[in-house]
Amino acid sequence: MKTNIKKVLLLGSGALQIGQAGEFDYSGSQAIKALKEEGIEVILINPNIATIQTSENFATRVYFLPVDTHFVKEVIIKEKPDAILLSFGGQTALNCGLALEKQGILQKYNVKVLGTPTKAIETTEDRQRFADLLRSINLLTPQSHAVTSVKDALATAKKISYPVMIRGGYSLGGQDSGVANNTEELETIAKKALAKTSQILIEESVAGWKEIEYEVVRDKYDNCITVCNMENLDPMGIHTGESVVVAPSQTLNNFEYHKLREIAIKVIRKLGIVGECNIQYALNPNPKNSELDYRIIEVNARLSRSSALASKATGYPLAYVAAKLALGYGLTEIKNSVTRKTIACFEPALDYIVVKFPRWDLGKFIKSQPIIGSSMQSVGEVMAIGRNFEETIQKAARMLDTGADGIIDEKIPEIDYKLPTPWRLFKITEALKKGVSVSKIAKETKIDAFFLDKLKNIADYENVLSRHSDFSLKLLPEGLSRIKTKDSGVPRNAGSPRMTKGLLLQAKQLGFSDSRLDYLTGQKPSSTYNLRAKYNIHPVVKQIDTLAAEYPAETNYLYLTYNGATDDVHKSSIINHKSVIVLGSGPYRIGSSVEFDWCCVTCATTAKSLGYSPIIINCNPETVSTDYDMADKLYFEELTTETVTEIYKKENPLGIIVSMGGQTPNNLSEELSVRGVKILGTSQKSIDNAEDRNKFSKLCDDLGIDQPQWAAQKDIKSAIEFADKIGYPVLVRPSYVLSGVAFNIALDKKDLQSYLKVASLVSEKYPVVISKFIENAKEIEIDAVAQNGKILTFAISEHVENAGVHSGDATLVLPAQKVYPQTQRQIEAITQKISSALNITGPFNIQFLAKDNKVKVIECNLRASRSFPFVSKVTGVNFIKLATVAILEGTGGNAGRVPPARSAQLESAIDTNLSKRALAGGKALTEPVQSYVAVKAPQFSFGRVKGADPVLRVEMSSTGEVATFGKDIYEAFLKSQMATGLKMPEKSVFVSIGGDENKNKFLETAKLLKDLNLKIYATSGTHAFLKKHGVLCSPLFKIYEKKKPTILDYLTSKKVDMVINVFDPYEAMQTGDGYKIRRATIDFGIPLIINLQTAELFIKSLTQKKLKDLAPMPWNSYVKMH
Amino acid sequence: MTKTAYLQLSDGTKFEGTLFGASKSVAGEVVFATGMTGYDMSMTDPSYTGQILVFTYPLIGNWGVPPKEFLESGHIHTKAIIVGDLTTKPNHWQMQQTLDSWCKKESVPILSGIDTRALTQKLRKHGVMLGKIVVEDKDIKLEDPNLRNLVAEVSPKRMYIHKSLIVNRTSLNIGLLNCGAKRNILNELIKRGVTVYELPWDYDPFEHNLKLDGLLISNGPGDPKMANKSIAIVKKSLELKLPTFGVCLGNQLLALAAGGDTYKLKFGHRSQNQPTIEIGTKRCYITTQNHGFAVDEKKLPKGFKPWFINANDNTNEGIKHEKLPFFSVQFHPEATPGPTDTTWLFDYFLKEVNKAKQQGRSLFKDRPLSK
Repeated sequence: MKTNIKKVLLLGSGALQIGQAGEFDYSGSQAIKALKEEGIEVILINPNIATIQTSENFATRVYFLPVDTHFVKEVIIKEKPDAILLSFGGQTALNCGLALEKQGILQKYNVKVLGTPTKAIETTEDRQRFADLLRSINLLTPQSHAVTSVKDALATAKKISYPVMIRGGYSLGGQDSGVANNTEELETIAKKALAKTSQILIEESVAGWKEIEYEVVRDKYDNCITVCNMENLDPMGIHTGESVVVAPSQTLNNFEYHKLREIAIKVIRKLGIVGECNIQYALNPNPKNSELDYRIIEVNARLSRSSALASKATGYPLAYVAAKLALGYGLTEIKNSVTRKTIACFEPALDYIVVKFPRWDLGKFIKSQPIIGSSMQSVGEVMAIGRNFEETIQKAARMLDTGADGIIDEKIPEIDYKLPTPWRLFKITEALKKGVSVSKIAKETKIDAFFLDKLKNIADYENVLSRHSDFSLKLLPEGLSRIKTKDSGVPRNAGSPRMTKGLLLQAKQLGFSDSRLDYLTGQKPSSTYNLRAKYNIHPVVKQIDTLAAEYPAETNYLYLTYNGATDDVHKSSIINHKSVIVLGSGPYRIGSSVEFDWCCVTCATTAKSLGYSPIIINCNPETVSTDYDMADKLYFEELTTETVTEIYKKENPLGIIVSMGGQTPNNLSEELSVRGVKILGTSQKSIDNAEDRNKFSKLCDDLGIDQPQWAAQKDIKSAIEFADKIGYPVLVRPSYVLSGVAFNIALDKKDLQSYLKVASLVSEKYPVVISKFIENAKEIEIDAVAQNGKILTFAISEHVENAGVHSGDATLVLPAQKVYPQTQRQIEAITQKISSALNITGPFNIQFLAKDNKVKVIECNLRASRSFPFVSKVTGVNFIKLATVAILEGTGGNAGRVPPARSAQLESAIDTNLSKRALAGGKALTEPVQSYVAVKAPQFSFGRVKGADPVLRVEMSSTGEVATFGKDIYEAFLKSQMATGLKMPEKSVFVSIGGDENKNKFLETAKLLKDLNLKIYATSGTHAFLKKHGVLCSPLFKIYEKKKPTILDYLTSKKVDMVINVFDPYEAMQTGDGYKIRRATIDFGIPLIINLQTAELFIKSLTQKKLKDLAPMPWNSYVKMH
Repeated sequence: MTKTAYLQLSDGTKFEGTLFGASKSVAGEVVFATGMTGYDMSMTDPSYTGQILVFTYPLIGNWGVPPKEFLESGHIHTKAIIVGDLTTKPNHWQMQQTLDSWCKKESVPILSGIDTRALTQKLRKHGVMLGKIVVEDKDIKLEDPNLRNLVAEVSPKRMYIHKSLIVNRTSLNIGLLNCGAKRNILNELIKRGVTVYELPWDYDPFEHNLKLDGLLISNGPGDPKMANKSIAIVKKSLELKLPTFGVCLGNQLLALAAGGDTYKLKFGHRSQNQPTIEIGTKRCYITTQNHGFAVDEKKLPKGFKPWFINANDNTNEGIKHEKLPFFSVQFHPEATPGPTDTTWLFDYFLKEVNKAKQQGRSLFKDRPLSK
């Protein structure tokens, strides 16, 4: 033990949001591990219940509370920690820590900040101080001057020389930023910006320069290393979170690489960082005087998205090491946990290339634009590993799970390749295929020709194949017309019309998937797969070992490549293992994020504890599941049928679990089954019966389970006829979907026609289902685990919002507070019926509509749902542990092997659970006994997505979630709202309620507002209504009314603390004032409530609880985990 | 039309790939290097003479070849290189030609498309091996370069004097015993304002009455014991108590001259990420290394103590005399390629030289001070 610190407070990052996502679950989990090894108690504050770090057996105690100064202070008083860690919970934790320091709270309660001193953090957070510090050690940073007039702007620009960057005030969300190449452009931009703000910044523009990052580590003995450097394919101007990134840098020579490294170390020393930091550079690709021409853009004095990426890219556990350094260890005193022979004081040598590709979901946001730029809008990312660039970028393209089958795919929308869009690299490769030159594209996009030439290799190969329409996949004798090629990718004797072994091998080495090759050669699906089997072309397994094979590695951190001859992991070492493959969830996106990682990790660790050897496949660098010590083996690989099949063949496991990683692995089950892969748990047939809405609806009919009226429709005409019959509004749903892609409510015939066009794009295989949309219904979910159809455990949660809001955007309450016993009994009976009929083994989730004591089933997923971590941590029964036991118990017998014994602990968990709540032989369940309430609330990131309309609808748009506990729903709900950033209104609330029905419903709440002494502002309609019913309020004009004061004036000057803007979720989208009000509210950072039920509950809660009533209680004071 | 070629190791293992660069069969000692940058500098490092170099980083050739002054010597010294994926269309503002065309001109074959990781694992397990690249089935014999005096092959044939052009140059005269020196050693000295007498490996400055204030023994290829004449010169330098600094091979030559011993490592250190601890401190430097032989720590010469140690395998990384200004390091403080953590050693050396000069220990006290 290195220190006398016994208890450390760790701040988490809260809900996942754009710009701050799963990477902090990774860094926090590693920190906890590092601290606990030292026998230190770890107190964690993080309201993100879906994380692994908030699971049992991680931190000593977990507080599901908002990460803000009020609650952190309360916890400090309660726990009396010796020290605090600020750098593992993203910007949220860092900001909170700085505020605590500023308010003197840390000093008052004698809490030491471990690692980098707050002074250093403050310097990196303050533009001017940071620039001054860099200049003091003769380092370069972009010139920047604040000006207040157009004249000064022009003078400054002249001094700096064009092009210049203009930055508007911060509050405007970068809307008025831009690059000016000359005086005219500058005048235009500056005038516009200065009309809204008094001061603008004129900066030297480095747009188009290379963007390079280094991850730097320093210990208290002043030892410094740079663990990794990374190069953005997208040059300066595109946020690094929006860029495709390669590691290590590809186009920097030794001089550039090491000069920037030297500078990085200089900076970290000057700042006095102890732990980890990230430094970003702009590097001039064409320096004028043949010297290194760079600018330091920023330093992040904490773990970041880039550091998580660097950890996964190199195998170097940055967060773990940073935590040890914060405790006072030196780099030479920590072992390299991959080799377990060498030490942590080294810089990893990679013998592979890594490509990170961001994942966007801009289409999920109404009114957003598919343009990327200097602010981050992506919601997740993937990381691909290979031994050449072509292979790696193609892998990454597929890993995104957007349907692209490589870096060229005809399904990619038509859009100009020059525009910075989520599809830019795809469109560039397509342009190269069509003959646009590398030099032209390099000039237009500033992407380095090095990368473009590599993309051209892919494009050229496609052209070679498509030149032969008579291409045949007929097998050629071994060695016949084998083609040797240059890395240009163009086969020299391209005249051969046959897919020879050499040509196929080359395709695989360039990263083409079997299915893409089927398409390119005009063959039936699986033709290439079969041909590859005949030619015996398979990828090899390589290890990531941090030292490029100089030392043997002890860990099984693996990837596949066709650019290799031998497997690192030999067959002999993998037979006789009871291995089980767990498929991960792929990139985080709207509708699938850290909750499924929790399920995968829990499943893998449970399998391990039961004596199995778990193998994880995943491709998301922001996850804990891709830590190489979470399973016996980690394949950082694609979640595609092709790749999973290859791994399956190499590993020969007992089977594969597809029910933990959300919809992505679930979708693979059919094709994997066809390939002979054994699916563990619920059978593939049952999965299909639940996933195919047509089949599932039929099943419900057969079982006598009520559903909203539905019909499967194959063409628009019959769909419209059906909708006319059942009456509008109707819900339009395609088969096999996640998070409501192309789900929509059609209000009338015209709506339906347009939605159907979109839906047919989503899935070609399956027809769409049209169903009756039931208004004003309650939505209830059940999460359950079954074995051979018998339910082992379940939990029923209710939605605060009425049906019509996607379940991922809904606020969940557990235990349900407003569900009639009769309704609950119906739900239980239906669940048991479905479970038996589908013979479910494993986790599943059913969603119900309840209205007038009648229950209808709307959806059934035979996999873990996003609420599994929530229900597990709230009920104290780990549903995934149970599900894993249920799934694996069968395998031993089936495979003719002895099933491993259940652990006594788990046995008792199942038993107590069963005795309490089991549903045996159709008997009714007893009520769950809980003396507390938990609320799960969505986190939105509308502020990050330019122009997006912050509305709730059947399409999901939240990016994360929190969950909090309380004695009653009011306490839990208020905490949850504060944990997503909502502040309690102190003076005033602006109210705008659409529709008479809504207004009537809101009346009671408005009266409560009055009781709270909050001043009410309202739009004219709402104002008139409230006034008529005796609620005093002040009218504000709508923007189009062009009379002062408008609501916009009040928002701009922050005269309102909160906006309640309600409209019917299934009403036609408002495009006028409603949108402007909502958007301005978001842009000015004012809390916004857009759902009537949420507004009611929030105001009601405010009348019940004050801040001091929100108890800072730890998780274990509410729940005992079994 | 592309050609295939293969690498054959002394145990018969074959690796088939695509041939670039020169179309000729070559034989040598097969070694691997794990650095991710600076292939152009490594290839021109004379220490690689006689060796077939395997780059573990797969994408090689990305920035082509810069002007000559940015290379470590005038020529490629590796017999051949073996890579995973040769970049044939590099792009860099400093580029003058591609790696492929350079190797063609310099008569060096490139074998591309090789599973360099598998090859490296083989070398790691077995130790470095002899091997040959066979082109167009023109088989040749294996050849052990360590049996030759490689230092003699790469060392200059005559002495050169390099006067520093910088304004605040010092009056120091440093002898650089060039046993295959990298250019940057010379550069590091010159930029510190000293005058460098670049000496051939067997050129005795003391016989030639050169007025030296210090001696730097450079890196170089092969078995240090082959460089017997250099060892004799270092011996004299020690006898005269001239401040002496050895780099890489220079570390081994200093040890041998002082009465110590060297041995061959199983597969050597050829990388840019070797953690090197300064003994007695908590400081660890990330260093560039390129050596197959090492100083035997168990047989350190009398009066010397270990100075640096490799944190990974505990091999010796430098020795230092307990009293006199004799010291040497196994790694490359001049970097190129690699991290620049230890360039302070040149300052340290010159400080020691200055100190000795002040103390009048300089060999030729009567020498006029040059301005």
